[in-house]
Amino acid sequence: MSTPDPYAGERLKLSPFHPRQQALNIRDAWTSWNGYKFAEHYYEAEYEYFCVRNLCATYDISPMQKYQIQGPDAQTLLNRMVTRDVAKVGLNRVAYCVWCTDAGRVIDDGTIFRLAADRFLLTCGSPCTAWLERSAYGFAEVEVKDLSDALAALSLQGPTACAVLKKLGLDGIDAVKPFDIRHFSLHGTALMVSRTGFTGDLGYELWIEPDRALELWDALYAAGAHYGIHPYGETATNMARLEAGFIMPGMEFNEALKTVHFEHDQTPFELNLGWLVDFNKPHFSGRRALLEEKRRGPKYTLTKLDVEGNRPAEGGSRIYGNKRCTKAVGYVTSAMWSPAAKANIALAMIRTEHRQGALWAEIYYEKELRQYSRVAKCTPLRKPFWAPPRARATPPPDY
Amino acid sequence: MSRYDAIVIGAGHNGLTNAAYLAKAGLKVVVLEKNDYIGGAAVSRELHEGWTYSNCSYVCSMMRQAIHRDLNLSRHGLILVPYLGTINFGQGDERLLAYHDEEAAHLELKRHSPRDADAMQRLQADLTRYSQLIRKTLLRTPPDPASFRLRDLGELLFLAKQFGALGEREIYEYVRFFTMSAAEFLDDYFENDLVKASMATPGIIGTALGVYSPGSAYILLHHVMGDVDGNIGAWGLARGGMGAISKAIAGALAENGGEIRTESPVQRVLVQNRRVVGVVLDNGDEVRARVVVSNLDAKHTFTRILDRRDLPEGIYEKARHFKIRGSSGKVNIALSGLPKFAGVPDNPHLNRGGQAFIGSMETLERAYDCWKRGRWSDEPFVESVIPSAWDPTVAPPGKHWMSNFVQYCPPTLADGPWTPEKRERFGRTVVDRVAQYSPGFKDLIVHMEVRTPHDIEQEIGLTEGNIFQGELTLDQLFFNRPFPGHGQYRMPLRNLYLCGSSTHPGGGVSAACGANAAREILRDLRRPNTVPDDDFHDE
Amino acid sequence: MDRYDSIIVGAGHNGLVCAAYLARNGQRVLVLEAAPAPGGLAADREFHPGFHTSIAHSIGHFSSKVAGDLNLAAHGFTTAKRRLPVLGLRLNGEHLVVDGDSLAGVGADDAAAYKNHRARMGRFATTLSPFWLKTMPRISGGSLADWTTFGRIGFNLRRMGREDFREFLRVASLPARDLMDEQFSDAVLKAVLSWDGLIGSKLAPRSPNGAVPAMLYRMAEAARGGHSIPSGGVPGLIQSLQRAAESLGAEIRCAAEVRRILVGGSSAGLAVKGVQLANGEQIEAARVVSAVDPKRTFLDLVGVRYLDIGFTNRIRRLRCDGTVGKLHLALSGLPEFSGLPQPNGRMILAPDMDAIEFAFDDAKHGELPVHPVMEILMPSLADASLAPPGQHVLSAQVLYVPYRLKGGWNDAAGERMRERAIDAIAQYAPRIREQIIHGEFLTPEDVALGCRVTGGHWHHVEFALDQMLMMRPTYEAAQYQTPIPGLYLCGAGCHPGGDLTGAPGHNAAQEILR
Repeated sequence: MSTPDPYAGERLKLSPFHPRQQALNIRDAWTSWNGYKFAEHYYEAEYEYFCVRNLCATYDISPMQKYQIQGPDAQTLLNRMVTRDVAKVGLNRVAYCVWCTDAGRVIDDGTIFRLAADRFLLTCGSPCTAWLERSAYGFAEVEVKDLSDALAALSLQGPTACAVLKKLGLDGIDAVKPFDIRHFSLHGTALMVSRTGFTGDLGYELWIEPDRALELWDALYAAGAHYGIHPYGETATNMARLEAGFIMPGMEFNEALKTVHFEHDQTPFELNLGWLVDFNKPHFSGRRALLEEKRRGPKYTLTKLDVEGNRPAEGGSRIYGNKRCTKAVGYVTSAMWSPAAKANIALAMIRTEHRQGALWAEIYYEKELRQYSRVAKCTPLRKPFWAPPRARATPPPDY
Repeated sequence: MSRYDAIVIGAGHNGLTNAAYLAKAGLKVVVLEKNDYIGGAAVSRELHEGWTYSNCSYVCSMMRQAIHRDLNLSRHGLILVPYLGTINFGQGDERLLAYHDEEAAHLELKRHSPRDADAMQRLQADLTRYSQLIRKTLLRTPPDPASFRLRDLGELLFLAKQFGALGEREIYEYVRFFTMSAAEFLDDYFENDLVKASMATPGIIGTALGVYSPGSAYILLHHVMGDVDGNIGAWGLARGGMGAISKAIAGALAENGGEIRTESPVQRVLVQNRRVVGVVLDNGDEVRARVVVSNLDAKHTFTRILDRRDLPEGIYEKARHFKIRGSSGKVNIALSGLPKFAGVPDNPHLNRGGQAFIGSMETLERAYDCWKRGRWSDEPFVESVIPSAWDPTVAPPGKHWMSNFVQYCPPTLADGPWTPEKRERFGRTVVDRVAQYSPGFKDLIVHMEVRTPHDIEQEIGLTEGNIFQGELTLDQLFFNRPFPGHGQYRMPLRNLYLCGSSTHPGGGVSAACGANAAREILRDLRRPNTVPDDDFHDE
Repeated sequence: MDRYDSIIVGAGHNGLVCAAYLARNGQRVLVLEAAPAPGGLAADREFHPGFHTSIAHSIGHFSSKVAGDLNLAAHGFTTAKRRLPVLGLRLNGEHLVVDGDSLAGVGADDAAAYKNHRARMGRFATTLSPFWLKTMPRISGGSLADWTTFGRIGFNLRRMGREDFREFLRVASLPARDLMDEQFSDAVLKAVLSWDGLIGSKLAPRSPNGAVPAMLYRMAEAARGGHSIPSGGVPGLIQSLQRAAESLGAEIRCAAEVRRILVGGSSAGLAVKGVQLANGEQIEAARVVSAVDPKRTFLDLVGVRYLDIGFTNRIRRLRCDGTVGKLHLALSGLPEFSGLPQPNGRMILAPDMDAIEFAFDDAKHGELPVHPVMEILMPSLADASLAPPGQHVLSAQVLYVPYRLKGGWNDAAGERMRERAIDAIAQYAPRIREQIIHGEFLTPEDVALGCRVTGGHWHHVEFALDQMLMMRPTYEAAQYQTPIPGLYLCGAGCHPGGDLTGAPGHNAAQEILR
């Protein structure tokens, strides 16, 4: 018998897809997510980004937290917890949601899958067990089960995604509308496919039991061989989501329960997610506070900016209301040069009352180690930087 | 007869700090120490050849880095290194390992309770928030709430602003923290007994309260509000033992021209016309000075080295009522090798941290119940650390020394005073407790020093061996410390000051009490202030 | 369906007080009580044929303002002119007697110290007393009235003088034991004087932070903590309140258990609609005022689905485990306590503070106290009608009896507890066992089930610094309004707290009528 690994408790866990991903991560560019070993990139971030935008690529979402909420009170529980009306989410449909503290501050965002009248799957980026336990307290007939390690998931994103799935033999996949769920069988194993993703492009997420994960991978990569399928890592994801205008915890918002300073967390209105708050619901956690927030107007509003020039306004750059940079009105949360839009884009928190006026970003950059700064004019945008029609088309085009 | 600007009684780390700042302002200062070594309870002593024990305090986290930097303590040889987490020993095979890495720590907690793993993140955020507020007060003189002086009103306003910045909900949560028991406070976070207990233990260290006593949540906070390099809650070890801190401060004192006289016990403080004018030593020598600063605890100062007849009315009673209860013991052990613990992987990172021999919440509370009855528990709470696992200066190569802090140990026993035989038995209890989790432990023991509250009082002079120089309960905190109306380091006799942990902000190797007292003394003597402001106001 | 202005859930004394005030103001008020008779913990209890008592067995600081406003005297509420002395029993029969400002049976030093103690506590109590009958301000409310109240508290405290103010800030959080040790040397005296700081709470003599506020709260009225038994016993108070409320037009229905507080929802949010009774009957009202404890009100009667998750948690974590057991004995004659001519007073059976502490230690670990300590009263001495002629009722509050007993409560455990309590009494009254016709012991669980109060806690919510003032029961519901429009609280779980005071009911009514 070999001696047990004394460092076992400190090592990262391996995703069910890890053996295949390890083989492709030729530079060993790893980071971690929820205790799982996770690829920063596999080959090169920009290459992977273009796979997402031009071909199709896979992203391992197994480390995401997945909770099954089941029972006669399941819908009531969720409806009280999240700001959207879950009753309006049809069978086999997915809804993007946020949930808030009593003060209306965002704890996390995630998606709710309605799998039956009384059965839901909640997915989110960070562990949510304690909050779910609190939310479930007082409901007699509901069971919350953590499926995070019991469900492997792979996101397939990009213009050829549908074609690949057709090739895989998923009949009728082209009829699946955005936010639809469809159940298939892969070699006799249940395979759930949702038309969801985090890239703003055409894409699907594939859900399967961990033991069959490699089988799914192999079949998918065989089907995708002629469609340029490639894995992508955290860096490319972050690029794609920013172009789509999606928010990230730790960038655009701070999880409320982990926030130290007063009101350094955000409300849905500040995150420009007011459309997720359904005041037609008589009650949900944070409703009173959010009603007040709506009446008063949010202090900040997350704003998409088109920044003049080609120097990205790296996160943390200040935004000013005048060119002389004396009137600070906000700060950048994420920024990059968008290869798809050929634009210098940014998400920024702007004091709401200043959103209409002229905006200037003070950008620091370097040229061969020498440091420079410049002031760039910013134009607020209403639409995402990248929103191709194929993302919403049903059936989607093949490429 | 010699004459000074200031006499500091006692060369504990606060006394030395106080003297250093007075000397820095150009005053002629002498520190009088009864022992033949300096440091008080922050000492490194070679009590067995080749082994250096930090035989009182053993870890450090509250040391104000502003003082560390300002007095150039690094140049005087001080380096503080954070130690990795603590292994918590529960009942039977139950272990809660504290990994340094956040995700690994989360997974370890998840093994005990997924819910508690999440809740720990919330607790850490909450502790950070509450700590930040208190930390801002450490290097400040508390206001007198009964005063209408501008300075006091300004301080009160400062506090009100800090509170206001918490937001309504957190203000109420803060009240909970200040008044509740550690156990009940943690009930809001945790369901797993060992997870809860592992977080509750800082709430009882050094205090005559139990995990279920209201007020112990604050003690918990007192123990986690320190930091090492900005990591709030982290604890560090001083290379060379805790004496390295005192030595470095003494170095700064010498650099500024201050003087230390060891083996110079003060017999009494000289008072003339209600003014303190100096001290008389045991050998009859008189030393005179403009101000006398006592680093001794408030009870010791007012009931043992001051004549009751010299005191204004009521002060003697206040001092007598000052709660300074002996509740902790210490067992320092020289080991021939690194102990192995059952159920703990042979991972050097883990074993460079500390060990907490807990049992359960009930074990902790029952140990307190024993203390109330003048006994020690068969299963005391023992917090251990093996500094030699990373500090090569404290034990011969390959050998180790282990510090074992024991809660609870009564100052006097129900069946009479401490005797060498009882102390021996107490030591055996502690060794048995450790050996319960480390089967070969007893075979490694080379030398052992057992210290009961009685021993600590005899040697260091701390009344009842109380490590905080007075209980950290609301009635003795902040402007109430040591007594209401005397929370600003000036004592009710002119020219007499207090600079030890009996004053705000209380126990711990923080150097803050000494520095704050120096600020007030310099103010009274109309000298420019040499004490730095704290350095995290934008936390 | 009928429609009322206000429905009060629970006809405990606070529910009745609130009802009376609302009715006095012209509201159409209905009080619903689950039990067959009003009173809650003060209700009449015939525990053996002809023998009456109530769980709350004397009145300490019932609000004189409430009694006056509601003209309770006209409705039969009279208290004996003489307050009950507090008797600290000693095993040797040399008892001590605390009677208001006078103290007998202790040494001269202690007697002198008592004068100072009494005077100082009196000053503190006087300073605080106006605020027990005021709604506590909300920090974020920001209204001028709120800040005025804060300011007045500060001003009143400061007005005591610098020394008293400073001492107050120190003494307020002292454990009972330290407060006593600082002043007295007599062990029984210390136990007796700490009693009112401890009883009803999960506090022992060594516990910081809770005891002194409880003492001062109980000294709020002119009697400065002196207890009395009204004619008819404590239920006499309930009768007068009932008559007062009814004479003002309030309707009181007993044996009408509220099963749910009905909450309606629309896109305009939530609003209280009325209540549903256990028999299914629904009654509509513009508002519902719950005299029931907060946990039961929100978690059982309203239901968590109408509450924010954080608020639910704040209610859920309220500490409300009762610690007091109740012993009722039907006696064939007046018991003889050695050395005591007449057992007329609050007799404290606790030889010293350690005895109290150690009884607490047992209960804290979920065990029965090996040596219980207690307060004994003979209600039948105050009102002979409470027992058959020549016979007597003994009522004892026994500390500390855990609500959560390890292994759970059952008949055997209850009996064991009863016997231990009787044994403890027999040490002072050796022949008591011969006089017992019948005895019952009510555990906190019995109180919880019998009186429908969470944890069987006297105060609904533990009287602790973090659950007092504007934090009682939580900051969102501390001004008697709750997060649900139309739902109010008026029970002991609100400011200022438990005991028979009428203050929460009074304050809630003021808020509703504002």
